[in-house]
Amino acid sequence: MSIVVFAEQRGGALRKITFEVISEGKRLATAAGDSLKVLLAGDNVSGLAEELKKFGPDEIAVVNSDKLADYTTESYAGVLTDYVKQENPSLVLLGHSAIGKDLAPRVTARLGAGLVSDCIEINYDGGDFSFIHPIYAGKAVATYKVNSAVKIATLRPNIFAMEEAEGAANVVDFAPEIAASRTTVKEVIQQAGDRPELTEADIICSGGRGLGNPEGFDLIEQLADALGAAVGSSRAAVDAGWRDHQAQVGQTGKVVSPNLYIACGISGAIQHLAGMGSSKCIVGINKDPEANILTVADFGIEGDLYKVVPALIEKLKEVNG
Amino acid sequence: MNIVTCIKQTFDTEAKIVIDNGQVSTQGVNLIVNPYDEYAVEESIRLKEKNGGEVVVVSVGGDKTQEALRYCLAMGADRAVLIQDPALEQADNLGCAVAMAKLISQMEYDLVFCGKEAVDDGAAQVPSMLAEKLDLPQANVLTALEIADGQATATREIDGGSEVLEMKLPAVLSAQKGLNEVRYPSLPGIMKAKRKELKVVSLADLELSAEDVAAKTELVAAELPPARKAGRVLSGEIDEMVAELVSLLKDEAKVI
Amino acid sequence: MDFSYTEEERMMLQMTRDFAEKTVKPLAVESDREHKFPRDTVEKMAALGLMGVTVPPEYEGAGMTNICYSIAVEEISRHCASTGIIVSVNNSLACEPVKLFGTEAQKKKYLADMASGRKLGCLGLTEANAGSDAANVSTTAVLDGDEWVINGQKIFITNGNEADYCILIAQTDKSKGHRGLAAFIVDLDNPGFKVGTLEDKLGIRGSSTAELVFEDCHIPKENLLGELGKGFKVALVTLDGGRIGVASQALGIARAAIEDAAAYAKERVQFGKPIANLQAIQWMLADLSTEYDAARLLTHRAAYLKDQQLPYSKEAAMGKLMASELAMKAATKGIQILGGYGYTTDYPMERYFRDAKITEIYEGTSEIMRLVVSANILR
Ligand SMILES: Cc1cc2nc3c(=O)[nH]c(=O)nc-3n(C[C@H](O)[C@H](O)[C@H](O)COP(=O)(O)OP(=O)(O)OC[C@H]3O[C@@H](n4cnc5c(N)ncnc54)[C@H](O)[C@@H]3O)c2cc1C
Ligand SMILES: Cc1cc2nc3c(=O)[nH]c(=O)nc-3n(C[C@H](O)[C@H](O)[C@H](O)COP(=O)(O)OP(=O)(O)OC[C@H]3O[C@@H](n4cnc5c(N)ncnc54)[C@H](O)[C@@H]3O)c2cc1C
Repeated sequence: MSIVVFAEQRGGALRKITFEVISEGKRLATAAGDSLKVLLAGDNVSGLAEELKKFGPDEIAVVNSDKLADYTTESYAGVLTDYVKQENPSLVLLGHSAIGKDLAPRVTARLGAGLVSDCIEINYDGGDFSFIHPIYAGKAVATYKVNSAVKIATLRPNIFAMEEAEGAANVVDFAPEIAASRTTVKEVIQQAGDRPELTEADIICSGGRGLGNPEGFDLIEQLADALGAAVGSSRAAVDAGWRDHQAQVGQTGKVVSPNLYIACGISGAIQHLAGMGSSKCIVGINKDPEANILTVADFGIEGDLYKVVPALIEKLKEVNG
Repeated sequence: MNIVTCIKQTFDTEAKIVIDNGQVSTQGVNLIVNPYDEYAVEESIRLKEKNGGEVVVVSVGGDKTQEALRYCLAMGADRAVLIQDPALEQADNLGCAVAMAKLISQMEYDLVFCGKEAVDDGAAQVPSMLAEKLDLPQANVLTALEIADGQATATREIDGGSEVLEMKLPAVLSAQKGLNEVRYPSLPGIMKAKRKELKVVSLADLELSAEDVAAKTELVAAELPPARKAGRVLSGEIDEMVAELVSLLKDEAKVI
Repeated sequence: MDFSYTEEERMMLQMTRDFAEKTVKPLAVESDREHKFPRDTVEKMAALGLMGVTVPPEYEGAGMTNICYSIAVEEISRHCASTGIIVSVNNSLACEPVKLFGTEAQKKKYLADMASGRKLGCLGLTEANAGSDAANVSTTAVLDGDEWVINGQKIFITNGNEADYCILIAQTDKSKGHRGLAAFIVDLDNPGFKVGTLEDKLGIRGSSTAELVFEDCHIPKENLLGELGKGFKVALVTLDGGRIGVASQALGIARAAIEDAAAYAKERVQFGKPIANLQAIQWMLADLSTEYDAARLLTHRAAYLKDQQLPYSKEAAMGKLMASELAMKAATKGIQILGGYGYTTDYPMERYFRDAKITEIYEGTSEIMRLVVSANILR
């Protein structure tokens, strides 16, 4: 049997999530004694196979077509479905990213299979896989079983460790007929700046209503610069119009799990925690000793963020030389 | 323009989760319309107000789900259909999508609208599954939408930015926060909702069998997440606290 | 007996709770601190139909029950008692008398204007010498050809500074005492009218409390509301209904105090454990919650009776008496539970305390409520 991983690329660059998913695929394939196969689809993407090899796949199937230049659901769904039908794997893994979230359910419905989304852990117990997925925005954790022959899962970004490994790494061509897409991509708008993407960032600095005004985010930006971090926001700050909704972290925003999450002027409402509670280390800066964020944080500083954050930036600069 | 809007009834986001016998207890929990679905309902109503036609809200659920559908009717949807069947009680997302797709395929529509995901299982599966089952184009996680001459121009959130998609209708779309601002049902809306049609159909009515919607995934056990270990609130002068924080982050947590 | 909500009551609760939390709450502190009338909120409430909850749709109201009305006022007052009374006065004291006593023409114009929220209403009853003794009105209305000419001053009039219309109680024949009173609808866009003193108050500081000054204020003859000589009855019937509104406002304040105190007690640690673990605190909260439920049931009973068009005067007085005294008690205990923090403006508890007091005074003091109840039972 095999495990199939869908390698996500956009604009000819592999996404970090891809390496995380392949790494987990490799671990599971090793445990289950399966082979690991990676499907790499796009236009002129053969060159990316080299990067994938490092993570130990047994096979990399490459599909090149100008019809795959942009990600479109229908064309990609057709390619992945055909590959799965050909390989008949026990498990198909994708990232729980914008593309993975869009693609996995469509393919699942086409195959009539079972899909567990947004997994934070997958276990193989010798006979079967079990899938761990947070529900109710992380207020509970559920274990799922899938009873279809092909089981499909998407993996939460930034949770699974990237691990290089050995593998045969045969590169083969895969040339299915590619379905036309009924949607066309007219424009791709990249967010300004060269900050890391929120869901992929190792460090996130977030601001909330406690900033008091939109200019407060200048200070958060400076802190983020000092750490190479992404900038997030609470809903209150988004609703006030201080920050774009793309930056919102929480139950109705992004779910993130960076190594370090610094919350400045954020009270730590349950809906905000839902989005960042799985961060490895949380720092809270708040002037209210009763603020929930100070209870939740690994390290809390009670104080005015307008005094603490500049001092922190200075200190970081000093330490980093 | 006729729009079918799919909604799910979910726990209030404030709800405290209690696990009973390995499953999430629904006892005493306040139920609401899934917040993302509200954006879909709002957008549907706006499109109808602009272009005419009707908005039909559809859900899979039990007796209580009628409340959620009535709420959408009070917001301004025209009628509602609830798919209710014992065989759907254990259904997974695909089962629900199959049932709704069958219902929708028997209706006349230009657009199917969903929320981008439900806040309970956070799976984000149903819109794409519906699109597949109805054999329609799809555009998920929309923050902006224009419709003109049977063509949709949709702005979809992607990692690190957004993309603008075009497609001919009908299509399946899913709403993200930011697409619009959701209205409250007005008092006259609440009164009118009482008289609007809310039809309950079974799988048999849809000519589906329990087999057609059988779950491929099963939630075998739920548990509360491990509690985070209690943190530390630093003390001292700002400079001292900041210095301590930086060394803790560097040496103890090893995150910078 | 059925204590469950109807579908429409449940939706009303959900909608107003959501609305109050998202729209009313964020403005409450500023409104209180700066005596700021929440104009935008009133417009939003008007669009939702909250300014004429029980008014029939043909007069642009929502046509809902008094129980729905009570729910709405409670939910709004949960976050801002000032906004609560603005709603209550427009509904109960301004729309209601026109709905009950108005001519078709008056309803088409004035009731529709107020129920839709295009115009805001107030009730002008109280005067310097007519407080609890409401019949002792000395403002006069004299018929002069096709017009009534009004002279006198009203004091303590809620919405007085913002209102477009006033339901005014005035004397047309001094010799007849309270049988010489009549009610009028006054369009306040009138050269014979001006707003006098605005009160600086302990609580409900977001709602205005104004002196209304009438000097040769001419209004059309057809603006007599109800019959000549029946003005006192209009006032009493209006206040009966208003008490359901004030009771609901008091319930909102009480609930705010109880919920906030309970939340605080669970967080606040003294002697190594949350103070919620102390029986002294638990019993305070248990008593308050019990009394809250009792007051709410009384209030909803009055609303139910009113919906059934059964007598409810005594029941409304009981509801208001109990709810308002509970609001005061809950806020007092609330501050006690918060200790020193409750006494500061860092927490809204002190505002609940200041807002609660008025519910024991307006639309009949607690003493007058006891008079109404005892008069009914000793009859
Ligand atoms: C259905 C639903 C979904 C939601 N989804 C989300 C979501 O996805 N994400 C989200 O964030 N919220 C969400 N919320 C909202 C959430 O409940 C909170 O209202 C929100 O998180 C509060 O944002 P905040 O912490 O920035 O503001 P506040 O709660 O107002 O907190 C501001 C904090 O700043 C502190 N502060 C003020 N000044 C300073 C200073 N000078 N220095 C230091 N500290 C200061 C204050 O002490 C306070 O703790 C949702 C709510 C609902 C009902
Ligand atoms: C903020 C605010 C808003 C108001 N809004 C309005 C409004 O919109 N429209 C309006 O017309 N009025 C309004 N009022 C007036 C309010 O209804 C009166 O203040 C109230 O009825 C009490 O009258 P009073 O102040 O003259 O007190 P008084 O009647 O002088 O009472 C003083 C005390 O004597 C007691 N007392 C009086 N008579 C008796 C009795 N027979 N038996 C036992 N005890 C008695 C009272 O209970 C009280 O304790 C408002 C007042 C305030 C403060």
